[in-house]
Amino acid sequence: MEEVKLMKGNEAIAEASIREGVDAYFGYPITPQSEVIEYLMLEEPYKRTGMAVLQAESEIAAINMVYGAAACGKKAMTSSSSPGISLKQEGLSYIAGSELPCVVVNVVRGGPGLGTIQPSQADYFQTVKGGGHGDYRLIVLAPASVQEMSDFVEDGFNLAFKYRNPVMILSDGLIGQMMEKVKLKAQKPRLTENEIRERYGDWATLGNKSENRKIITSLELKPERQEKHNDKLQAKYREVEKNEVRYEKINCENADYLLVAYGSSARICQKTIQLGKEKGLNIGLIRPITLWPFPSKAIYEAADKVKGILAVELSAGQMVEDVRLAVNGKVKVEHFGRYGGMIHSPDEVLSALEQKIIGG
Amino acid sequence: MSEILTPEEIIKKGTLVFKKTKLMTDANLSYCPGCGHGVAHRITMEVLEEMGIAEQTIGIAPVGCSVLAYDFMNIDMQQAAHGRAPAVATGIKRVFPDKYVFTYQGDGDLAAIGTNETIHACNRGENIVIIFINNGIYGMTGGQMAPTTLAGMKSSTSPYGRDLAMTGHPIKITEMVAMLPGVCYATRQAVHKPALVRKAKKAIQKAFENQRDKKGTSIVEIVSNCNSGWKMTPVDSNVWLEENMLPVFPLGDIKG
Repeated sequence: MEEVKLMKGNEAIAEASIREGVDAYFGYPITPQSEVIEYLMLEEPYKRTGMAVLQAESEIAAINMVYGAAACGKKAMTSSSSPGISLKQEGLSYIAGSELPCVVVNVVRGGPGLGTIQPSQADYFQTVKGGGHGDYRLIVLAPASVQEMSDFVEDGFNLAFKYRNPVMILSDGLIGQMMEKVKLKAQKPRLTENEIRERYGDWATLGNKSENRKIITSLELKPERQEKHNDKLQAKYREVEKNEVRYEKINCENADYLLVAYGSSARICQKTIQLGKEKGLNIGLIRPITLWPFPSKAIYEAADKVKGILAVELSAGQMVEDVRLAVNGKVKVEHFGRYGGMIHSPDEVLSALEQKIIGG
Repeated sequence: MSEILTPEEIIKKGTLVFKKTKLMTDANLSYCPGCGHGVAHRITMEVLEEMGIAEQTIGIAPVGCSVLAYDFMNIDMQQAAHGRAPAVATGIKRVFPDKYVFTYQGDGDLAAIGTNETIHACNRGENIVIIFINNGIYGMTGGQMAPTTLAGMKSSTSPYGRDLAMTGHPIKITEMVAMLPGVCYATRQAVHKPALVRKAKKAIQKAFENQRDKKGTSIVEIVSNCNSGWKMTPVDSNVWLEENMLPVFPLGDIKG
């Protein structure tokens, strides 16, 4: 049954995972996302749905537990925050190389190094451009509300199994920690072993007769075969780019200036639009919902109608590179953002727009 | 020139005295001639066949010489990142508690880079079997020093012999994990003599029976040779194993 509750973003992710019929969550505590595993341990989903929850000895162990469960065709997920996500990169590369479905949540904090525990969007490069070794892609969903923290668990698993690819929910300390009203989805049943065999039996290691056995690996000793495997991955990524781009356009009709921002920065930019209106400025916002695949086409087309674009992110300028690639020099693109755990105010964004784009 | 006979011509009615388990594929083993891995593979698969559990078993190959174990073990297999096999096994076992899960790992994989995963899987008493091949060297990468390399033993990264003051002592990880309450069975075996092969097979069978009976973690260490890495003939390497490895890594049950 659907239910409306007031929840933290991290709690919404946890509750949504139970309702999605996830089979296993493996985690390790790190601020600002520890509520995910705390909520699950308190909620005892193994009693509600049979979902396994385990606190691993490290983020590395947790992502490899996800690997093992995902290779059995099960819905497996983990969550962490920036330093912990760095530790998971090896596992993510193996999961992508072995074409396993899973959902990983990053509640980003300020870096580099141990950094801060406050919100940041400085893991964009790591998430969107790779992070681990080799040519692979994560499908990246960027929630901007507690509602989306909940909704993207289902969306994430749908994409993960559709493409047999890891999905990252790239959140941050702001979305993870803030409380909002959230409409929770009805409980889905977990798949039975027979249902998993029917759906994923062509690849999942479920125990089989020798003549029908399954192998999960990312190793090919012959480079010709490894190249072919990469061709297959690249073809899949082109399909994802064709089918799965998601973004939101706010106030873009007749806008003179465009903001591009995702996640918590997009929330801040909505207030900036209002402040702009009071000053007689017509400002639009494109909010990428998928960071990969990136809404390049929408930004390219929007660039024709505006005088300049400001990419706003809680980093020293990462997504702005993809905005510039999309715009391809048609109009001026600048970056603005506080970083290291500091959050820009709507006023600061407006001032930056005035200085860097309108007056610049 | 002598005539080359086909297997069918060699094996005639009444002449067959030994048959390879069907749970070993027909692929040529990638191991060096004389290496103990092939025997360890075979007896593991024989145990699965004899217990009738092959179709409910998922094996995990490590990184190292046995990275391609899935090419030879004719069952469902996953290949794990270096050292992570016990975590991968945990993931499988937590979603399929009634399936049989085992890892097959070398000393570098299990006792160096994977020490954390090994100790914590054992400490949780994950109901799995760990088969641990200890040959005191990194074979796959060309004979570097392993955590189990003996004092004074030469390798490509200890070319003047392992210096204990610089690199510490050969780690006895099976004794270490035997201390943990989660471990129900810890044993050290070898496969360089027929009698020892039979004993090792019995130990592997006991480990899978423990898993069937949900007793916790079983670890079967197999002290093996690496004639290529040790730069010896296979026969010399087995003599060297007896004289040098076994005094440091004595055979027998440590627990259970």
